[in-house]
Amino acid sequence: MKKRQNVIIKGTKDGLTLHLDDSCSYQDLKRELDLKLSANTRANGENQLIPVHVQLGNRYLSEEQKEEIKALIRQKKNLVVDKIDSNVLTKEEAESIRGKAEVLTVARIIRSGQILEVPGDLLLVGDVNPGGTVRAGGNIFIMGALKGIAHAGCGGDEQAIIAASSMKPSQLRISDCINRAPDIVESEEKHEMECAYIDDNRQIVVDRLQGLIHLRPNLTRLED
Amino acid sequence: MGEAIVITSGKGGVGKTTTSANLGTALALQGKKVCLVDTDIGLRNLDVVMGLENRIIYDLVDVVEGRCKIHQALVKDKRFEDLLYLLPAAQTTDKSAVTPEQMKKLIEQLKQDYDYIVIDCPAGIEQGYKNAVAGADKAIVVTTPEVSAVRDADRIIGLLEKEENIEPPKLIINRIRNHLMKNGDMLDVDEITTHLSIDLIGIVADDDEVIKASNHGEPIALNPNSKASVAYRNIARRILGESIPLQSLEDSGKGMFFKIKKFFGVR
Repeated sequence: MKKRQNVIIKGTKDGLTLHLDDSCSYQDLKRELDLKLSANTRANGENQLIPVHVQLGNRYLSEEQKEEIKALIRQKKNLVVDKIDSNVLTKEEAESIRGKAEVLTVARIIRSGQILEVPGDLLLVGDVNPGGTVRAGGNIFIMGALKGIAHAGCGGDEQAIIAASSMKPSQLRISDCINRAPDIVESEEKHEMECAYIDDNRQIVVDRLQGLIHLRPNLTRLED
Repeated sequence: MGEAIVITSGKGGVGKTTTSANLGTALALQGKKVCLVDTDIGLRNLDVVMGLENRIIYDLVDVVEGRCKIHQALVKDKRFEDLLYLLPAAQTTDKSAVTPEQMKKLIEQLKQDYDYIVIDCPAGIEQGYKNAVAGADKAIVVTTPEVSAVRDADRIIGLLEKEENIEPPKLIINRIRNHLMKNGDMLDVDEITTHLSIDLIGIVADDDEVIKASNHGEPIALNPNSKASVAYRNIARRILGESIPLQSLEDSGKGMFFKIKKFFGVR
């Protein structure tokens, strides 16, 4: 009986794709990978790096194992791992991805001293009072008055925006940009339905909500 | 089985003790059996405001530590026939002398015999506050129309909302100075209530009589002619479930006129 191959190498115009079988043991896989790659080493003089795309199929590899595979491939001449793909995710990873993609709705008043933090987008039905803080990995939408601190894109997303029905924040933060309220407030201004975003000069600007359609077209998730 | 109401504010000096004394008095005037509990251990003064300082023999810490029976420590207010009592705080130790569990047990015990337990909370959000809140069923937050007091009230409301055994807190706005509010130099009642978004249970005007009365050890609620007294009595009746409109700070016509003036930007 002919043994099934655990490692299949395919050449594409972008480099190599390694299909690694997902039913054999990890040890076997490593051994065969080592063997195959050694056999294939041709002494070609050009020192051009070839990007390798690893396809794991339905196999889950921990971060350490991924590093091992990367090291193994890198040892061979002019091969470098470009990307590792797997069909499998851990529950944690899946939760975190879901959390980041989700708009979390919270109906509450964030009072002085309270902090509300969400991984993805935040839709707050209520106010943020002075001294209160809301923090989100993504965008922040407040259907009430923002009078405290809002920090959008706190994971580093500079595209994040902050929108509020009444925009009177004590401080606005997007990613690592910070903007505070002016010391002298023109009290008569309404500041209704405004949004904050980072402009081309990496400054936080507060503007009418309607402008966002052009500035952040990615906000629309509805596909038509 | 009575109910325990904690009077709190976060910030000091907004009138928690005065409010406690007067609400207790006003509830007793309505014929309810009331026990005032001072939880400001180390800095007691509810007894002074009530004029009962000289009669203290045992205090709250003595009860908790078992040095006396609870009824021995209660100071009876002679102005009322068996309706108003005070459990004074200790003056010699500090707030850590009592734990929230002990307070809870104590309040439970008092609830058997009294219609209302009014708990005077110390300023701050530390141990003293935790003790005061431990046994309470209801909470009243006192604030003044000042930004700092409102900020602290907001913080306290946030903490109270986390307590599972306490109903949503009610708000008293104390020390309202009408001329300042009228000029827009002070936060107005609507502004404060929308900001804190809890139910308003009463407003009390700033009244010199309150200070005079406290200094004489007589709660203002005993004097029917003062504006503040009426305000406290109204609050007591609202606690009892009556629905009474808010006292107008002056003739309502003027208030309306002021609103119109403000609308047109006339000063």
